[in-house]
Amino acid sequence: MLTLEHFLTLGALLFVLSVAGIFLNRKNVIILLMCIELMLLAVNMNFVAFSRFLGNLDGQVFVFFILTVAAAEAAIGLAILVVLFRNRQTINVAELDELKG
Amino acid sequence: MSIYEIVFYLFSAVLMAAAVMVVTVRNPVYAALSLVLAFFSSAAIWMLLEVEFLAIILVLVYVGAVLVLFLFVVMMLDINLAPLKEGFIRYLPAGVVVALLMAVELLTVLWTKGRFAEGAFPVPPPNPPDYSNTKAVGQWLFTNYLLAFEVAGVVLLVAIIAAVALTLRHRPGSRRQDPAAQVRVQRDERVRLVKMDPEPRQGS
Repeated sequence: MLTLEHFLTLGALLFVLSVAGIFLNRKNVIILLMCIELMLLAVNMNFVAFSRFLGNLDGQVFVFFILTVAAAEAAIGLAILVVLFRNRQTINVAELDELKG
Repeated sequence: MSIYEIVFYLFSAVLMAAAVMVVTVRNPVYAALSLVLAFFSSAAIWMLLEVEFLAIILVLVYVGAVLVLFLFVVMMLDINLAPLKEGFIRYLPAGVVVALLMAVELLTVLWTKGRFAEGAFPVPPPNPPDYSNTKAVGQWLFTNYLLAFEVAGVVLLVAIIAAVALTLRHRPGSRRQDPAAQVRVQRDERVRLVKMDPEPRQGS
């Protein structure tokens, strides 16, 4: 019998894995963006599972909006990445220190 | 074990393996392709939850658009991969420790006291054959969330304009049209009337 626990555990493991990915790949902006997409997928998994088990459609509508915002975020992020690479010839996070932050 | 559980565990295993590949693989192209696999398997798991509309949207929008965009960018940029991977071993212990801590915390919350077990959240019965998930989500979206839906459209419009504006560039050597100048042009700038005497016929 598939209970809510199964799906929540899957989402939690996916989220933890993408957090580990952000730690491991902190030099490569492209992989960082991919890890963020993976995190959003984990969150969406929770939304969908709760929506099904509570019999409430709000969760699915939320996932719809998250997908919209994630698509916009990926488009702008990759555009910034392209401009960055055009100006600096690198996407290494360690070398992006012009703002002296 | 029912067929549902077999399908769930199969696709969950594929999803976790694909996620590990995304995180650890050296080449960003393979990472993007693993991400495609991860999204496909989670779409299958959403199908298992009878969330058909979002499963199809996930495949269409994510695999069809966003990840193709990722692949384009990865292949377009000529990235030197060697310096990007040098911190991998150094950050491995910290990453694993933080990940394990988070996993323990999350699973403690999830698994203790049967908060999300069968008793607290009974498994809902399957939807009847004439139930349309797309129709239900559409009705819910266009009644309770109409304003949010329109704001989402504006967000996408802003994203389109921002992406174009960010990546647009004018190379000095290239020839471009200037529509405003073309429209503004006057007759006098293009036509010149010359008054001259008739020339005598040649050779006479």
